[in-house]
Amino acid sequence: MARLRIGVVRFPGSNCEQDCLEFFNDPEWADAYGVSAEYLWHQSGTIDAGIDAVILPGGFSYGDTLRSGALASLSPILRAVKEVAAQGKPVLGICNGFQMLTESGLLPGALQLNRQGGFLCEAVALTLENRSTFFTQGYSASTGTEEAPLVLPIAHAEGNYTADEATLEALHVNNQVVFQYTSDINGSAGNIAGICNKPGNVLGLMPHPERALYPTATTTADGRKLFESLLQHLSSHTLAPCSFLSK
Amino acid sequence: MGAAVLEKNQTDFAIPPQELAECLQAFNIRPAEYDLILAGLGRAPNLNELAMFSVLWSEHCCYKHSKHLLKTLPTEGACILQGPGENAGVISVGNDVDGKPLAIAFKIESHNHPTAVEPFQGAATGVGGILRDIFTMNARPIASLNALRFGPFAESATTSKEIAQRNQQLLRGAVNGIGHYGNCVGVPTIGGEIFIDPNFSGNPLVNAMGIGLIMGDTTLPSLGILASGAKGVGNPVVYVGAETGKDGMGGAAFASKELSSQSAKDRPAVQVGDPFLEKLLIEACLEAFATGFIVAGQDMGAAGLTCSGAEMSAKGGVGMTIDLDKVPAREPNMLPHEYLLSESQERMLLVVERGKEAEVMALFHRWGLAACVVGEVVAEPRLKFFHHGQCVADVPPALLTDDAPLYPEAIDPSEPDSLRVIREKQWDETAYPDLTVADIGDWLKKMLASPNIAFPTGVFHGYDRHVRNNTVLSSENNASGVIRLRDTQGRLTGKALAATVDGRSREIYLNAYEAAKGTVAESARNLACVGATPLAVTNNLNFGDPEKPEPYYHIAQSVRGMKDACLALNTPVTGGNVSLYNERGGATDSTKGSQAILPSPVIGMVGVMNISEEAPPITPRLKEPGLILCLLGQLAPAFGGGEYQWLRTGQLFGEPPTVDLALEKRLIDLLPTLQPVVKAMQDVSSGGVLTSLTEMTFPPALQPATPVFQGVSIDVEAVKVQASSISRLDQLLLADTHGSVLVACDSDKLATLKAQCKAATIPLAVIGQTVEDPTLTLTLNEQSHSWPLEELYTIYATTGPLSPAHEECAS
Repeated sequence: MARLRIGVVRFPGSNCEQDCLEFFNDPEWADAYGVSAEYLWHQSGTIDAGIDAVILPGGFSYGDTLRSGALASLSPILRAVKEVAAQGKPVLGICNGFQMLTESGLLPGALQLNRQGGFLCEAVALTLENRSTFFTQGYSASTGTEEAPLVLPIAHAEGNYTADEATLEALHVNNQVVFQYTSDINGSAGNIAGICNKPGNVLGLMPHPERALYPTATTTADGRKLFESLLQHLSSHTLAPCSFLSK
Repeated sequence: MGAAVLEKNQTDFAIPPQELAECLQAFNIRPAEYDLILAGLGRAPNLNELAMFSVLWSEHCCYKHSKHLLKTLPTEGACILQGPGENAGVISVGNDVDGKPLAIAFKIESHNHPTAVEPFQGAATGVGGILRDIFTMNARPIASLNALRFGPFAESATTSKEIAQRNQQLLRGAVNGIGHYGNCVGVPTIGGEIFIDPNFSGNPLVNAMGIGLIMGDTTLPSLGILASGAKGVGNPVVYVGAETGKDGMGGAAFASKELSSQSAKDRPAVQVGDPFLEKLLIEACLEAFATGFIVAGQDMGAAGLTCSGAEMSAKGGVGMTIDLDKVPAREPNMLPHEYLLSESQERMLLVVERGKEAEVMALFHRWGLAACVVGEVVAEPRLKFFHHGQCVADVPPALLTDDAPLYPEAIDPSEPDSLRVIREKQWDETAYPDLTVADIGDWLKKMLASPNIAFPTGVFHGYDRHVRNNTVLSSENNASGVIRLRDTQGRLTGKALAATVDGRSREIYLNAYEAAKGTVAESARNLACVGATPLAVTNNLNFGDPEKPEPYYHIAQSVRGMKDACLALNTPVTGGNVSLYNERGGATDSTKGSQAILPSPVIGMVGVMNISEEAPPITPRLKEPGLILCLLGQLAPAFGGGEYQWLRTGQLFGEPPTVDLALEKRLIDLLPTLQPVVKAMQDVSSGGVLTSLTEMTFPPALQPATPVFQGVSIDVEAVKVQASSISRLDQLLLADTHGSVLVACDSDKLATLKAQCKAATIPLAVIGQTVEDPTLTLTLNEQSHSWPLEELYTIYATTGPLSPAHEECAS
């Protein structure tokens, strides 16, 4: 039985790629889901057909030259990522990855400097606005609500989501707003923290779910379900019945 | 400057006799030192060579005023893999799940002078420099911490509005620089401390500590720890990283001068950092080191190519020839001395196994980095630089490094009278009478609003504290930083590293020996409080001019105190950094002469602990009612140098709290074993028992939820019993002490806790409990006073350095 393969793109200046890779290669997940993760190189113009999902990690790709994500959106690998997205495979952009997705037009809008200026590293409360994407279907109905928000860390200087009125309207109508801050964190329009494309296979978000996998005094484990959702989706769609489904 | 002379004489670089005196002065070389150079070379040095001596014989590079003292520090221990002398110290922290050795490289370094002139780049390149020292050892950087000392940013009788604004700009610039560099390079800033005092106006201190993980590879020599000594005659010398430019010219010599109003003209001596390039360099170097083809490596930091070439050659007992024409240059027509002295950042010098250089350089090119062969290792111990086919410098490497002059016995080591008078000054009981319980609350609020106690939210939210996804505790928890250690496959090893930085500048000023012991003890307590066993120390000695009696006395006594404490607590010193000549005011106010900063030895300490989801580290935070609060250890509060003394009297005098090292050792051995028994733990530190206890009731910072406060009720009589010789209430509750820890446990665990303390010969007193009502309640003589915690927390959380309130004033 073929293993699930997750591709994590490595750009010069990425700094969260190892965090994403380590999660999928953790024996707990590797064994339960038959998954493994590997790096994809930024200069590669193609992505192996056996890759089931692609993650654009956080960091400072190409040193944030011009704008965050601007050069990455022009890189050879992003052409290949667009093809993967067009095939309907899951593409996840976290933080700088979200910035690449908007810069490359895979997601609408743009991420500007935080309104208060400067870098913000803190935990934020989020509501889950769309529970049917590949990345969010595993969250229980009682989480991600106003009463019981998800708590995830953010660490960015450019997370202020901006789009024109028509785009914002369309995002809401099409159920593309996935995560919303419960209060104004960085000036984002409509407190938007994460959005998906129309089909729902491309998700970009500013918070870092990969930093919220194990509960500690600094973080919740609220990011775990996002990756579990992805793996459950991939397992059920690309493989014969897998052991975890019977659990 | 000497550069002007250099530019005039670019044909043969000879020094015209009539310009020698001016040249020596410009290069900060004493006549007696020039004689040593003459004797060592057997001829007169040319200008390039003199420039090389100028930087390598500076205090920053050769520790000429401090080496004899540093030599007395304990450096041996079971965990030590690499002591002082390399780019960073290395300790063993045991094995991973497969039995492969895990080692930690760590070091602290200052970037004080650059920060005073250009705070953003000065502080940023401080972080970049220390991280290079770490990954040069083949260690993956996994965390950084920092210690900052700045002048006040609030206007007051002693600080004019202009100076306050400048201080605020300096602090903001430095914090932004540290954040920018650390965030971009992807290394979490897990901890730090900030100290504000008028004494640092104009001469701030920025000390950055880097920590890296070495995955011990038993197939490589020394487990893969990379040394800097060049080896193998004929091996190519490879230059990698950024191009060489004219920035940072003579920075090491600059760091060994007092600051003055002229310092702004030294701005070209401040380097400009590029964290993106550093990130590429980290990845490429670690890949290159893993090939096993790298024989030796050193980053080009202070004194650049000269320092790396000289130290690598001298340590290896070999020589090197380097062709400057092959060095990648940022601009055309650079002169030899500009190549030699440039402190351009993000550059490394590697000695590569002959025949493997193409393969190694290809690795760097893949990351988009320059890499080229610039020279080779030669048998004859001479360091030779060529430019346009001409030999422009030819010096025995050891003469530049090992044979640098030392000045060990210059100054009388006894306490200057000026200091003795201040230390012996008594508290004026009439002018500053004791407080009543009712008054205590007002002073507690003042303490919580002090920039040295209030939580610096505005500082910490600018640091990525969680990148790499291993941070278990960091600044927001008001505790030592704790990071999980992973193995080569990225699997959790069940081990975590704890790290802290601490300094007690005011106490050092009053009694350097006692306070240096106290600084080491505080670091060890901080680590033990989260459950870690302290292992080793790196130190940063920030002082004034060592050729003056007061600073010299402080240096000597601080090192003596550190030595005794490190021996007693079994935490050897693996290296560090010396930053002297931190003086200010010389040229700005010629009537007063220059003034040394508060002496500020900073301790960086690391420890190791086992960790799991079921057994997380202990935090200071009280989270439930019904817990019993205990005071462990010996309460011996003293006013000298504490925040309360400063706020109450505006003066600095008297004896600081004393340190019982035997008690401290028992305490740090006991604390990590209490994890199953206790619910919260915090060392009694700045602001005494009451301030430390109040901090335990606060929610963690930088969290979204509505803050929840855990009320506490304290029996002051019970605290008094622990410090029977103290008659004053303010001293008991608000003065600093050593050897004390606050602990909370369930009532059914109290007996176990008592038994463990008794077995360890650690006094324990039950002093109160956590309660439902979110207030702080003190009871004395059957009278109770309460203060709402929300009000106290609002003060604590909104008045710290770089809080919005201060930002508005300064902009």
